[in-house]
Parts: sequence; structure tokens; C-alpha cells
Amino acid sequence: MSEIIPKNNIFKVIGASSLGTLIEWYDFYIFGSLAVIIGHQLFPEDAGASALINTLAIFAAGFIVRPFGALVFGRLGDLIGRKYTFLLTLVLMGGSTFLIGLIPSYKTIGYAAPILVLILRLIQGLALGGEYGGAATYVAEHAPKNRRGFFTSWIQTTATLGLFLSLGVIVITKNILGAEAFGNWGWRIPFLLSIVLVVVSIYIRMKMHESPMFSKLKSEGKISKNPLKESFSQKANFKMVLLALFGATMGQGVIWYTGQFYAQSFLENTCKLDFNDSRYILLWGIAFATPFFVVFGSWSDKVGRKWIMLTGMLLGIVFYRPIYQIFLNDTDTSKMDLTGAVYMAPKVKHEVIPGTPDSLYTSTTKVTLKNGASFNKIQVDTLSLKNGLLPAKEIIKDKVLPTATFWKFVGLIFFQILLVTMVYGPIAAFLVELFPTKIRYTSMSLPYHIGNGVFGGLVPFIATLIASFAGSTPLSGLWYPIGIATLSLVIGTIYLSNKRDENIND
Amino acid sequence: MKAVKKFLGLIWMVLGPMAMTFLFIQAIEKVGLTHTDIERTNTILQWGIILFIFFPISLGLMIFGFYAWKGEYDQLPESSEEI
Repeated sequence: MSEIIPKNNIFKVIGASSLGTLIEWYDFYIFGSLAVIIGHQLFPEDAGASALINTLAIFAAGFIVRPFGALVFGRLGDLIGRKYTFLLTLVLMGGSTFLIGLIPSYKTIGYAAPILVLILRLIQGLALGGEYGGAATYVAEHAPKNRRGFFTSWIQTTATLGLFLSLGVIVITKNILGAEAFGNWGWRIPFLLSIVLVVVSIYIRMKMHESPMFSKLKSEGKISKNPLKESFSQKANFKMVLLALFGATMGQGVIWYTGQFYAQSFLENTCKLDFNDSRYILLWGIAFATPFFVVFGSWSDKVGRKWIMLTGMLLGIVFYRPIYQIFLNDTDTSKMDLTGAVYMAPKVKHEVIPGTPDSLYTSTTKVTLKNGASFNKIQVDTLSLKNGLLPAKEIIKDKVLPTATFWKFVGLIFFQILLVTMVYGPIAAFLVELFPTKIRYTSMSLPYHIGNGVFGGLVPFIATLIASFAGSTPLSGLWYPIGIATLSLVIGTIYLSNKRDENIND
Repeated sequence: MKAVKKFLGLIWMVLGPMAMTFLFIQAIEKVGLTHTDIERTNTILQWGIILFIFFPISLGLMIFGFYAWKGEYDQLPESSEEI
């Protein structure tokens, strides 16, 4: 059936599916990227760190509900069809993102603010859980059998392009408004903007037809009566769900999140790079690497999916620690040549500590090196009525890299995202070919979202947790993605087959 | 290769509960290291989430190991029609 679809039609299918999925990813990412600001604005003020942790917990909750969304919408997609299901997920995602941008601050409505954020974030996670499986299935069921990897790889680019778009919108909005206005109210713009993108995408998706394979099954009365039961209680199918999870999506998830999220978080929070610099590095890396999703997806049509994905995992296992060691070394200010450095006059800020007679003196000195690098040296001293002046430790932050180091970092991020394209480019075709049409949406969505949502989504969370253990180093957090990728590599190598099921019309 | 798949099945079966036990011990240790109520609440929340989501996954790894040990993966289906 799929072979008779004209070429221009398949590109319409890909365009319409990809645009919606890209917007869903954009919606999901802006929350993660703005978690710190949301923490300050919408959470109780009394404990700044606690606000961030709360936000991170919500972030994790967003990922945890993804597998649940995969079950809910996967079932729906196998019962009523792909088209209406992923139209519904788009409406839910767009609506909840828009509403996050409208929530009044904690100062205005108190605890209602964080509760509303939590509810809307859960809806986002639920919607995302339903979206991907639908889009990948829909495209694969339209694609010719010998080009399934190529066509579904366009869907795979959307997750990275969604991140690119979200970072771009945030950086541009912040640069136009300035840091203060952005922190006060400008952060809402990327959320509100989402509604425009979603309306356009809904209009396009409304014009699409149902998947030909699903329509055929429906007309023949062969659709599944209970997709959940057929997917997970029949051993023949359930064992393939487990194999897909442990031999592929688990490792793919951690490689994906390490390259795209942990890397940026590491540059900003551990290496103390400037807000814009850390994002520009990621933006360039993504821009250069994104075409490789299609390259590896297309290549997997010729050589099979398995070894491309597993090679990506192996390279991650081998190179993550050396790469992150370079990040640390090259941003270590104690190793920088300060000869001829220019020290700007310090900016001093005086604040009274509320409820006490004590004061804080914050002195910020910008240091610019001869090679163009710069950083802020911040010293916060406490003037105590009882104990006099209590000098604090110096903090170095907002590091701006010299040009050569900047491009070296872009290269290292590019390499990590190249690994992402290896593991992620062929995976939609791999999953689609593993399961029959009548339960495909349900069966492929769950391992994908456990692999990505749970194993991948928790990379920043667990890596940060490990890095806080006694005796750990800044690189200790990497043991989590390395360990999971190793396990998945071993299972995938031994148990997965490299043969492709060319006929998915069953 | 069938013997390797079978033998590794035993390892996956053991790895599931081992991972869960390790996480549980870590959770108790980290909660014990906290000093204030807020810190304790946050730590319990973090580890509660981790334990909650990894429990069914480690159970899944055990079932995967059991299937491997029983030889369910010796011959994978050539097409989804066989499922």
C-alpha cells in the first residue's frame, strides 16, 4: 500500500507531522531551559535553592508522566487512529504551554502558582508521551519499505530542532529585552509565542488523511480491541517491548540527553560559562550536526539499524570522560595566563540581610585577558554587627571563551550530537518494524518513552545527584550515562537482530 | 551464542534486584545525611521519585533475563506477523 503514495505526498506527510512534533518539543524544552527563572518567579521566595529543586522535581515529573502518556495515547491511536490522536496531543501541549506563560507570580497568588505549574507540566509530559509514537508511525506507514529509515529520520530531527528553536527564541528575547526585564516578565514570551505555532500546526494537521495501513485495518475490521492487553500481556510481543527498551532505547536515551542537555548544563553550572556563550556553543553544534539524522537514517536503510545505533553508544562510552575533562581544563581560570589582564573597576552592591542588622557587600570585577577571554570575579563579604567583616570565598562566573576555545567546544558538542544522530536517526524505523500495525502505536511508544523520558530525562538529575556525593569529582555524574549505555550496548549486541522487517503492512 | 544469551539471562535476572537494593541503600544513606527539615524533604522527594520509577524497570529487567534464560531470544521473529 505504501508504495503507491506519490513522492510529493510523502513530503507533505513528513512536513505536517514534523512541524507539529517540532512544536511539541519546543514547548517541552522552554520549560527546562527556563527552570531557574520559573523557580524564582513562581515558587516561594524563602529558599532559592529549594525553589530550583522543586522545579527540577517537576521537571522530572514531566518526564515520568511521559510513559503514562505513551500508554494512554498509544492505546487511543491504535483504537481510533493516528491522525486524531496526535492532533489531540498537539492541542494539549500547546494549550498548557500557553497557560504557563499566563500564571501570575507567587507574590500575587501564593501557592496556587507552583501548583498550577505542576499541573500544566504534567499535561505537557502526558501530551509528549502520545505525540512521538503517532508521528513516527504515521510517517512510517506512508513511507516506501526501502526508504523507511530515510523518511522517519525527518521526524527524528524535530527533537533537536525543537531544542534549537527554544534556545534561539530564549537568547533572542533575552538580548532584545535585557537580562532584568527578561527575568521579570520577558521569560513569558517564549511560552506565549507557542500558541501561534500550535494554531498553524493544527490547521495543517487537520488537512491530513488517516494512515493508509490503519484505514485498511479499520475497513477490514481488524483493529485491536484492547491494544494494551495485546501489547503487554502476550509474551511474543512483550518480550520485544523489553528487548527494544533494554537493547536500544535505554542507551539511546542517555546518549541523547547527555549530548544535548547535560553538556549545556555542565558548561553553564560546572564550568561557569556565560549564559549566552554556553547556548551559542550548543546552537552551533546542533546546526552542524542535525543533517546527520537524515544521513544515518538513510544509511540504515542500506546496512541495517542495529550497528549504527550501537556504534553511537560505544563512542559515547569511550569519549565522554575525555571530552568533559577538556571542558574543565579549558575553563579553569587558575590555569589561564593573567599577564596583561585588564581589571575593570569593581561594581559594589550593598544589601541589608532582612530581619538582621547585618549587611552583604557584593563586589563584582570584570577581568579581560589578552586572548579575548573574560570572566567576572565576585566577592560577597558579610558585615556582621557581632563579628565585624566576614570575608567570603571568591566566585568566578560568566566566563567568556577566547575564539579558538569557543570553536573547539563547538567541535566537541558537535561530536556529541553526531553520536545522538547515530543512535536516534534510525530508531523510529527500528521500532516501527518491530511491531504489527494494530498495536504499533502502543507497543513502540512505551519503550521509547521509558528509554528517553526515564533513563534519558533523568540524566541531568541523577548526574547532578552523583556529583554531589562525598569524594566525587565534577566528572562523576558521567558514570550514569556511561553505565546505562554500556548495559544497553551489551544487550543490543548480543540479542538484537540487524535484519529489517520490510513488510510492516501486517 | 545461544549459551551466552542464556547465561547472561541469569545476570540480568540478578542485576534487577541488585540495582534496586543499591538504590534503596543510597536513598536511606542520603536521607540520613540531611541536617534540616527542608533538606530532608527534598532528599526524600528526589529519591522517592527515583525508587518509584526504577522499581517496575528493574522488574522488567528481571523478566527480560528470565525470557533470555528460557531461550525466548534464541530465534527472533523475522517479521511482525510472527508476533
